Amino acid sequence: MKKNNPSYSNGGRFRDNLATRHRAGVIWQIVFQASTVIGIIALTALLLNIIDGAFGYVAYEARVDPASLAVDGVAIEDLPQELLVEILRQNLSSGAFNKLDNEIPFNERSRINVYDLVIERIVRYDVTESWTLRESLTQGAEIRARVIEEYPDAELRFISWINAEFIQRPQSSEAVNAGVRTAILGSLLTILVTILVAFPLGVGAAIYLEEYALDNWLNRLIRTNINNLAGVPSIIYGILGLAIFVRVLGVLTSGAVFGSVDPTTASGRTVLSAGLTLALLVLPLIIINAQEALRAVPQSLRQASLSVGATKWQTVWSHVLPNAIPGILTGTILAVSRAIGETAPLIVVGASTAISFDPNIFSRFTTLPIQIYQWTARPQAEWRHLAAAAILVLIVLLLSLNATAIVLRNRSTKRF
Amino acid sequence: MSTTADSNYVIETRHLAIFYGDFKAVTDVNLRIQRHKITAIIGPSGCGKSTLLRSFNRMNELVPESHASGQVLFDGQDLYARQVDPVEVRHRIGMVFQKPNPFPKSIYENIAWGARVHGYRGNMDELVERSLHQAALWDEVKDILHRSGLALSGGQQQRLCIARTIAVQPEVILMDEPASALDPIATLKIEELMEELKRNYTIIIVTHNMQQAARVSDYTAMMMLANGHARSGTVIEFDETNKIFTRPSDKRTEDYVTGRFG
Repeated sequence: MKKNNPSYSNGGRFRDNLATRHRAGVIWQIVFQASTVIGIIALTALLLNIIDGAFGYVAYEARVDPASLAVDGVAIEDLPQELLVEILRQNLSSGAFNKLDNEIPFNERSRINVYDLVIERIVRYDVTESWTLRESLTQGAEIRARVIEEYPDAELRFISWINAEFIQRPQSSEAVNAGVRTAILGSLLTILVTILVAFPLGVGAAIYLEEYALDNWLNRLIRTNINNLAGVPSIIYGILGLAIFVRVLGVLTSGAVFGSVDPTTASGRTVLSAGLTLALLVLPLIIINAQEALRAVPQSLRQASLSVGATKWQTVWSHVLPNAIPGILTGTILAVSRAIGETAPLIVVGASTAISFDPNIFSRFTTLPIQIYQWTARPQAEWRHLAAAAILVLIVLLLSLNATAIVLRNRSTKRF
Repeated sequence: MSTTADSNYVIETRHLAIFYGDFKAVTDVNLRIQRHKITAIIGPSGCGKSTLLRSFNRMNELVPESHASGQVLFDGQDLYARQVDPVEVRHRIGMVFQKPNPFPKSIYENIAWGARVHGYRGNMDELVERSLHQAALWDEVKDILHRSGLALSGGQQQRLCIARTIAVQPEVILMDEPASALDPIATLKIEELMEELKRNYTIIIVTHNMQQAARVSDYTAMMMLANGHARSGTVIEFDETNKIFTRPSDKRTEDYVTGRFG
């Protein structure tokens, strides 16, 4: 390894430099590893924080002791339907009782449903106090002692705030009965509208810009502006959505034109408006990603197709698009992930929170992020536990949507 | 497109010049390409050989702001006339590229696709077999027709591309350095193939390989950057290959083919 190049005459200095160069490399490697570790710690902390809120001890107190409702020593759990209806008749005002009977006559209701009504309307469990998972695990004995001392009538249970009932029940004004069914359906419907509108429009625009548009100043201006639009704060899109979809196109978005006037609809503040607003929001993202994907298709493939005498459209349809689809789907995954977590524009467009019916595209709407936002803003601890549970639902929903898209993408890549 | 009586020449250029924006890449080319012969275009890098070749089937148009002046007559019809559709031009004048570029589809589809877009109504299996036979590839791929064309070796891929071009039954095949990415054995196969193909097709080939031009071509066009301020390529000599390589009339040609140049 000896060289007599005059520039390197001092072999000792080369050795010193070599050590320094290697050391610099090692330091950078450590910096990069540290950033990864910090990222992982942040994510773990986030997840732990959510899980901390989603499980734990709860002390319930009943307004009316269920034991006092027992008839002839039979607990209400075991009473037949007629006696449960009788209990309702005796304990509710006649107005409230008739209202329930009008919604669905009692003889058409299931026994479980009537039993739930008794619990909900008469027994009325309230959360007196709740604890996080960490408190529940570390201070279990203290919590139990305190509940016995302070709330002698209360029942202490270790629960998972996220459970089957939570997912199946609609929103309610009482924490024990609140669920996210309407929010999940709202989110899914909104995202469906968003994808149906933004995907074809976005991919179409990208095809035009990449394959057809000439490279002149006008098209360059359009391209630059699409890039800028992707960076516009989402609340601006909310204002735009409010102005266009709710105000101007209210007749359309409320469904009035189609004759499906939902009595619950407040003008154009519907699932459709929300979906269209989110579609506007993610459109630039989809366009940019689809453009990248189209640009990544090698020029030689286009030439091959054109050289056998295919038209431009045949080339795009048979060769360019199939090869760009994986990239386009990746972009769509990112866009949908963004849309499903958006809150601000939907608040502006007019999301409702207390929705107790299953939404359709012309009805008032709520989505999971809206629900989470509303719940975290409330002062009582139990709502924050519900919010944590809803966040877990949102994460699972997001991951399963993404998984679907990834499966689709891999299937389209596998062909050749 | 009409056919003229004088069908000895399949392509004829008259004062052809090709521009990229304001830049004149090729200037004043006057060539007459003989039917069922192999014509080679040689010359140093950057003198516009590929540009000239691509102007014969209007592939140049894919480059933004490129345009041509003068005429390219194909069977007497100007290819750049207003009513001529480039799709029809490329259907009748096929092209094989420097880097093998099969479609990322099966070998069968690579051949069948072009025919299908033209609305071919005959027996597709037969067409695929015939095209692969003509490209001397059939024996190697007949059992793997439904495997990806990209799974073949470089030389096989290039012959697949030739088969793909043949399948749409063009009259002229343009080859842009078709063997420059291949090893000597694969190159030899392509050259033998060209010899076969010239019975049915007219071939125009751009090559950097002097020996290849001498081996395969009947006519050779020598291109150089023209003298003058614009760095614009033109054909300085066009003659029988034999003559170009033994007694060229232009000093620059002699320097180039004997290796004293560039």
